[in-house]
Amino acid sequence: MIDIVETDLELEPLVQHVRKNSNGAVVTFLGVVRGFSRGRNVLYLEYEAYRDMAIRKMHQVADEAREKWAIDDIAMLHRVGHLEVGERSVAIAVGAPHRKVAFEACEYAIDRLKEIVPIWKKEVWEGGEAWIDDRP
Amino acid sequence: MKVRTKFFAAIKDIVGASEVELDLSPGITAGDLFQSYCRRHPPLERYANNIMISVNLEFVPPETRLDDGDEIAFIPPVSGGSRGDRGHHHDRHR
Repeated sequence: MIDIVETDLELEPLVQHVRKNSNGAVVTFLGVVRGFSRGRNVLYLEYEAYRDMAIRKMHQVADEAREKWAIDDIAMLHRVGHLEVGERSVAIAVGAPHRKVAFEACEYAIDRLKEIVPIWKKEVWEGGEAWIDDRP
Repeated sequence: MKVRTKFFAAIKDIVGASEVELDLSPGITAGDLFQSYCRRHPPLERYANNIMISVNLEFVPPETRLDDGDEIAFIPPVSGGSRGDRGHHHDRHR
């Protein structure tokens, strides 16, 4: 399960996707829009994706994690469009036989996603806005 | 040869378009194309050191020659401080 969506993200479908009898651990990550950034109160965020490439690169991230930790089960969703403070921007779930691998692979997935997946966010605050180079 | 160039985020705001079709002479590289946009839109120059270029959905080095039908994008930094191995150049997928 890898996709870019324009609707609210829920972790549960991702957890269901990676939960299997062979997996004793499921680790999840949720990125949430912060209401305070760089000394300003954020009103909302706009996320924009180079959709075809972003999905391709999310698959690459998943493949890298699968290969590095010999796991099968990883799910990733990223939301784009207008996001209010407190809303969920990115969700990842990793299932693995043991927890250490699941934690490591999940951390790798979010770090790598931020490096190579072409999705950008614009912060909008009172009186201004700017594209931000690190996400989410 | 005809190519399509896509712009996103800060780059899109500077260029003022999200997509442009261009008719280019053969032999031009991805980096040449970015430089020509920099001449037309000088604010792009501040991205010259850390822009990533993609051709047909894969990151490529600037010296990559463009082909008819290519889709090019200038990818502004997606990650701030830690650049990791984003400078790593992947093979083109044709």
